Amino acid sequence: MGSPVRLLEVNGLKKFFPIRRGIMRRVVGHVRAVDDVSFFVEKGECLSLVGESGCGKTTTSRCVLRAIPPTAGQILFRPEDGSVVDIATLSKGELRPLRRQMQMIFQDPFSSLNPRRTLLDIVAEPLVANKIGSRREQLDRVAELLKLVGLRPEYMRRYPHAFSGGQRQRIGIARALALNPSLVVADEPVSALDVSVQAQILNLMLRLQDQLGLTYLFVAHDLSVVKHVSDRVAVMYVGRIVEMAPTAPLFATPKHPYTEALMSAVPKPDPRLRAQRIVLEGEVADPANPPSGCYFHPRCRYAVEACRTETPRLVEIQPAHFVSCHRAAELSLKGIVE
Amino acid sequence: MSRADAPILSVRDLKTYFFPDEGIVKAVDGASFDLLPRTTLGIVGESGCGKSVTARSILRIVERPGRIVGGAILLQQNGSQVDLAQLDPESREMRQIRGGDIGLVFQEPMTSFSPVHTVGNQIIETIRLHHPVSKQEARERAIAAFRSVGIPKPERRIDEFAFELSGGLRQRAMIATALSCGPRILIADEPTTALDVTTQAQILDLLRSLQEREGMTIILITHNLGVVAEMCETVVVMYLGRVVEEGPADAIFHNAQHPYTQALLRSIPSIHSTARAELPTIAGSIPHPYNRPAGCPFHPRCPDFMPGTCDKAEPRLTVVGDGQAVSCFLYDRT
Repeated sequence: MGSPVRLLEVNGLKKFFPIRRGIMRRVVGHVRAVDDVSFFVEKGECLSLVGESGCGKTTTSRCVLRAIPPTAGQILFRPEDGSVVDIATLSKGELRPLRRQMQMIFQDPFSSLNPRRTLLDIVAEPLVANKIGSRREQLDRVAELLKLVGLRPEYMRRYPHAFSGGQRQRIGIARALALNPSLVVADEPVSALDVSVQAQILNLMLRLQDQLGLTYLFVAHDLSVVKHVSDRVAVMYVGRIVEMAPTAPLFATPKHPYTEALMSAVPKPDPRLRAQRIVLEGEVADPANPPSGCYFHPRCRYAVEACRTETPRLVEIQPAHFVSCHRAAELSLKGIVE
Repeated sequence: MSRADAPILSVRDLKTYFFPDEGIVKAVDGASFDLLPRTTLGIVGESGCGKSVTARSILRIVERPGRIVGGAILLQQNGSQVDLAQLDPESREMRQIRGGDIGLVFQEPMTSFSPVHTVGNQIIETIRLHHPVSKQEARERAIAAFRSVGIPKPERRIDEFAFELSGGLRQRAMIATALSCGPRILIADEPTTALDVTTQAQILDLLRSLQEREGMTIILITHNLGVVAEMCETVVVMYLGRVVEEGPADAIFHNAQHPYTQALLRSIPSIHSTARAELPTIAGSIPHPYNRPAGCPFHPRCPDFMPGTCDKAEPRLTVVGDGQAVSCFLYDRT
């Protein structure tokens, strides 16, 4: 693929939600949902944002699509013509032609499909909205898309209720691919599915990525799924990226104590591996009122005085391996042994 | 876990069907298993396998149009045996058992607490239903229960509403409520599914330490094979209302015999597996409950399907190893 092209580059992204109180709805504070997040996604790769609820992974992905306007920061996207545009500052009109190139796969295949519309309506909707092709061509395109995701084109006159969760997720994927997007944002695409169906959808997404050269921004909380699909992983905690690295080194040699704890907390499907898990004390910090210094220090078993006072910066500790921890260089943390 | 231990609860050929207008749903269709004291039994399976209905049947809280149509649920009580399936769900005896002998923890702690009462009032109500104590004494017990599940500042937390607690604290409060009457058996239905992994680890740790401290017996219902592997001594695998395989956890995870168990274990992306490799899948999807396949319910998706056998009759549980039994014609040679 030659030198990698950055399809998406996010710099210093912030998204604060105001907290309003009282009769005048005065702003009394902010929830710092995304607080200075920077990353990039190369063309053809899959970057995963992973973390627990409230870490800002979904908000980040929504800002990237401009589903919600960011508070600050740059979101540089490279459309097909090779130029670079900052999605964060574009007007609605300027954004519209770009929307075709960025699509989304949703988490819940039950609520994300309109129950009153047929598969044909649902999958053809992006084509109709963008006035692409004649009705005949749209019909052919829908048939082609359904085949692509492993559904029979004969089903296109049916309604979503006739389909299982896995099949509905296939419909959602077909709709997302209708406009030949280059970037696909998938927010927890398999977390609502049964285990046996989850594997089918993951296989499909990987196959489509190879076949169509898609770039994925994958948002998930399940580390096993993330490890399976990602080229690189960014671990988020309370609105910030605490560690970002290619998948293999991240899982083998994590550099941030939070990543280590997260990995050790995942229950392994093997009774012989009943590990001495690291159980974190307390709860995820409140993004409206985060602790001083490193946000993770109240729960971190390696915390020292500096962690309480100074905010660590995201630094490149090894090539392509970024971590935001004062003690990253001296600690030797436990990853997943292959 | 000595073999001489008599089961504290035995489920025998339990059948719980639902009778909506459209037809019959055999949610649980002949489930049998034994629960040994002071152990954790895992019931695992995908959606529609009947694991939750099994739990609800034991507590006799199956909602209409569902009812138990056959089988027995034998609970050992001070040397005698009660068949819960024969009791009237509204009877005094059943009410004493539900919440008294057997506690229940639900999946969604947000919806299982009332939003208009404080969590404290709800746990106090539970205690007073089962024990003749004053309000003040019940309150003290409730605070003690909160403390025992590791809720910080229990005397303050008890006067809060469910929405004021975080997910992890809510689930702890739920467990405290279930434990407040000192049950011998705790049924936990997907207790950690709605929680984050680090909170899940805390709750699983709590359940395990409570079990050691109180000598409790736990039935853990989950779809998460990782949670089962971490927690359970015995595992029951269900598919479409039937027990397809049961046995010690080690045998289930390392020597699974039923094609469904084998396929299920292969299809999870393990944190140890090779990235981006094609995952082995189970063909098709779980059938709609109205279209339950004849014969072995797994046969349309089974790689070892034997025409003329699997689609004709239902296999019986056959013992294949030490405490391990499989319901599959590959082993049922009669």
